[in-house]
Amino acid sequence: MNLKTFAGGLHPPDGKHYSAHCPIESCPLPDELIIPLSQHIGAPAAACVAVGDQVKKGQVIADAKGFVSVPIHASTSGEVIAVEPRLHPMGKALPAVVIRPDGEDCWDASLQGADPANLSVDELKDRIRAAGIVGMGGATFPTHVKLSPPEEKKIDTLIINGVECEPFLTADHRLMLEQSERLLDGIEILRKVLGIERTVIGIEANKPDAIEKLTQEGAARNIEVQALEVKYPQGAEKQLIDALTGRQVPSGTLPMEVGVVVQNVGTAAAVSDAIRHGHPLVERVATVTGPGVHAPKNLLIRIGTPLRHMVEQCGGLNGDPAKIIMGGPMMGQTQLSLDIPAIRGTSGLLIFRREDLPTRLEAGPCIRCGRCIGVCPIHLQPTTIAAYARLDMIDEAEGYHALDCIECGCCTYICPATLPLVQSIRHAKGGIMAKKRTI
Amino acid sequence: MLAAVLSLGGIGLVAAAALGVAAKKFAVEVDPREAAILEILPGANCGACGLPGCSGYAKGVVDGSIAPNLCTPGGSDTVEKIAHILGVEAITAEPKVAVVFCQGDNSKATEKYRYLGLQDCNAAQKIADGPKSCPGGCLGLGTCERVCPFGAIEITAEGLAVISREKCTGCEKCVGVCPRKVIRMAPLEATTHVLCNSHDKGALVRKYCQVGCIACTICKKNAPEAYQIENFLAEVIYEKHSEAAGVLEKCPTKCIRDFTTGYPEGSSFAPPTVPVTPAQND
Amino acid sequence: MVIYALLPACAVSIYFFGVPALSVLLICTLGCVAAEAICCKVMGRKMTLADGSAALTGILLALNLPPSAPWWMSLFGAFIAILIGKQVYGGLGYNPFNPALVARVVLLISFPVQMTTWTAPAPIGSGLDAVTTATPLGEMKTAVMLTGKLPELATSGFSNYLTGNMGGCLGEVSALALLIGGLYLLYKKIITWHTPVSFAGTVIIIGGIFWLIDPTKYPSPLFHLLTGGLILGVFFMATDMVSSPVTDKGMLIFGFGCGLITVLIRLFGGYPEGVSFAILLMNAATPLIDRYTRPKIFGQIEQEAKS
Repeated sequence: MNLKTFAGGLHPPDGKHYSAHCPIESCPLPDELIIPLSQHIGAPAAACVAVGDQVKKGQVIADAKGFVSVPIHASTSGEVIAVEPRLHPMGKALPAVVIRPDGEDCWDASLQGADPANLSVDELKDRIRAAGIVGMGGATFPTHVKLSPPEEKKIDTLIINGVECEPFLTADHRLMLEQSERLLDGIEILRKVLGIERTVIGIEANKPDAIEKLTQEGAARNIEVQALEVKYPQGAEKQLIDALTGRQVPSGTLPMEVGVVVQNVGTAAAVSDAIRHGHPLVERVATVTGPGVHAPKNLLIRIGTPLRHMVEQCGGLNGDPAKIIMGGPMMGQTQLSLDIPAIRGTSGLLIFRREDLPTRLEAGPCIRCGRCIGVCPIHLQPTTIAAYARLDMIDEAEGYHALDCIECGCCTYICPATLPLVQSIRHAKGGIMAKKRTI
Repeated sequence: MLAAVLSLGGIGLVAAAALGVAAKKFAVEVDPREAAILEILPGANCGACGLPGCSGYAKGVVDGSIAPNLCTPGGSDTVEKIAHILGVEAITAEPKVAVVFCQGDNSKATEKYRYLGLQDCNAAQKIADGPKSCPGGCLGLGTCERVCPFGAIEITAEGLAVISREKCTGCEKCVGVCPRKVIRMAPLEATTHVLCNSHDKGALVRKYCQVGCIACTICKKNAPEAYQIENFLAEVIYEKHSEAAGVLEKCPTKCIRDFTTGYPEGSSFAPPTVPVTPAQND
Repeated sequence: MVIYALLPACAVSIYFFGVPALSVLLICTLGCVAAEAICCKVMGRKMTLADGSAALTGILLALNLPPSAPWWMSLFGAFIAILIGKQVYGGLGYNPFNPALVARVVLLISFPVQMTTWTAPAPIGSGLDAVTTATPLGEMKTAVMLTGKLPELATSGFSNYLTGNMGGCLGEVSALALLIGGLYLLYKKIITWHTPVSFAGTVIIIGGIFWLIDPTKYPSPLFHLLTGGLILGVFFMATDMVSSPVTDKGMLIFGFGCGLITVLIRLFGGYPEGVSFAILLMNAATPLIDRYTRPKIFGQIEQEAKS
């Protein structure tokens, strides 16, 4: 079979067997929901509730500030018991609203669904924004912004990202299998907003059941499904566009430059809920997996559920956790504690024990083997940029296109000298951006 | 053989003559004072004066665009000499040294997580505000050590930056690069410091550091003139630093250190000779 | 890993040259390891013996020396390789030149007599005594210079060259053993095909062109390929990652340059063998090649077309 793909990349052991067969389970209410106010790229929302307030599920608890921002909603009904900085997945204490659930889980009565056929494009966009929908693949970019390309950019293709190339994660896979109706409905709404017909769902070839199901069901709605080579980072936006359309998004621009909008499968499903039922983004599917949990599962969790509560639903910890990762192992973020809440971008929770982790040697000198160059999906020279970063030679690093790095982690993964290449490049990027700001 | 020697020698002579002529003919007119000042300057091109290098500073001083007392590395001695060359009154600044306000190395302070990344404090600080549990403690990854033009900073085996009071010239380069602002300038005369940079409450500090200031106020009670406590952190009032050393023994966490008794544990620097006073000639 | 790949070649050289070969191998390897240890100690660096790079340099150096090399020369070479070839630049990863080749060239220029005294192979058990002989390349050069004609050995005896039954350096002799090692490296994906293919290919093509012009004066490409240190150079020296380009295109250019210079030195230069000089010269050009063979980054094509 000749599968579409892109140049570069690699295939790490995928670990999907832990949870790929587990149907999505609903996670019960925790004792306390910690809902951070910054859960998306862009300006954080501003809290509009106070301690002691009673809130309903789906009620706005923080307003959006600016265009690239979305409101935050209560993910269940209950009492606001604190509005204070709490440890955020970013590793710092950031403002959050803490809710003690009343157990009723009662929706805000003012939330009304509608038939998308009766709504105008602008009404649809407003509802998507009001529902707080962001890219659920992990980048959490506000969806309404992606759906509002400037006039001069002609969009002709909608790509739905069901690649799920990150090892271990199976949440999107299960969603495609079990909730295809939601997903396809969401796609139709997105098509209406963009005013286009052509839609391709890209899925890695290691999910044949999902490919088959969506191909069958999608055919009636004129939605194409394309199987893709199993390779990381196949699901990175620009790599996915390249694989499916053969168009390369120019360096430093957005996919709309080549007439494409990419949405994650989870996002599309959330759009359906927002329009049909008026339900904002208050829950999502996340994979809780890794050898450090007893029974890996795909859980439907409320935003703000503490990680510890998620682990308890999966049979608890299996041994001492040595590494807790939110998201996938390649691009996810290592967490300091299990008391941190899950947020809108939490696609998974991975727990590893000491014995599961490779004994990492101390970083050695680069011997210029060039493997990082071979795997880089952007065709950068990671080792060269990293060397400049170590020497704080910011201009040179920029000359080697440090800013184009998508931080997919392939170079760090492959480096035989275990050099922290991505971190070094990120360091260089920070330096470049700081310099640009001062000029 | 002879021909070879002669021809090579000849070429050498001609080239030498040409170079000599060129040097005279194209010589750039330099103010002799500028050369004299450049001679005096330490030549580390550290940038403490705000100019890129010593020659730039010498030029600036001569044409009057910059004050003559900004060479902190050179100290009062250099300022005197520059003033003498320029024929002006010397206004020497009080000599200062950089001090790392932390003693919590890896054996004494706890970590939030194990950091395996780029060996650079600024890079580490970006990851969840650095691996140290203490929000202000020294990360010990050596960013300051690498920028110090005078080799005055060392990182101990347990990961703590220590600055030599003898080698430090007060150029402040390290102060600028430290992401946690744990390096600050202090008068060279003052040898007693509260080596802690945590503004957390005492109970919390105790949890993550054995040698942190817990703001118990014992130092202030015993030497009210010499100490102030702000935001849960004691500080020496440097105008009264001579009275600060008296409470050394009373500090329960031993976060007050008098450098004349030695540098923090693990440092290879010899204790400074007591007291380090620069040549003062008013 | 690379050390394993060199074992067949070492074994063959010991088989043909006996104890002297073994002693050269041991002295070079131990010498390099010792030099590395001393350097690390004196310069206050972390001990880097565990990475095996010093031992590898030692073996490579030994394979570049004649079996008759006196012990002091081997030892001297080992220290040159580590000190001048590697540690002065900052240790592993920072050396612009292949350390073993630096040492070989230093020795070749400093001790031309010892470096070009070859013993005829005397396979273990054959009962032959060590006899001084010339390498096929050396003999060819002398003959061409004297008579303007190729000697007979340049047109026959290829099977001996393949197995290593000829005079030469330890690692020059058995093309077959080196080939096995080289293929192992390729199989294990330690090296990529780019440099070896372009290096050997260039030698065959350019050597072939000259051979076609005048087969009586210039040797056949097969002779080029199987004699001298070409196979050793192609698989083990030119592919040294530290001193060769990092990009695929760069490696192709690098290999081409190596091949070109090798043939030119062999046919027209003063030395009979040119592989080591060729690689060293191209090592020097590596930063330049890297600079000009930067891969086009993703999304750059359209951008340039637009602007």
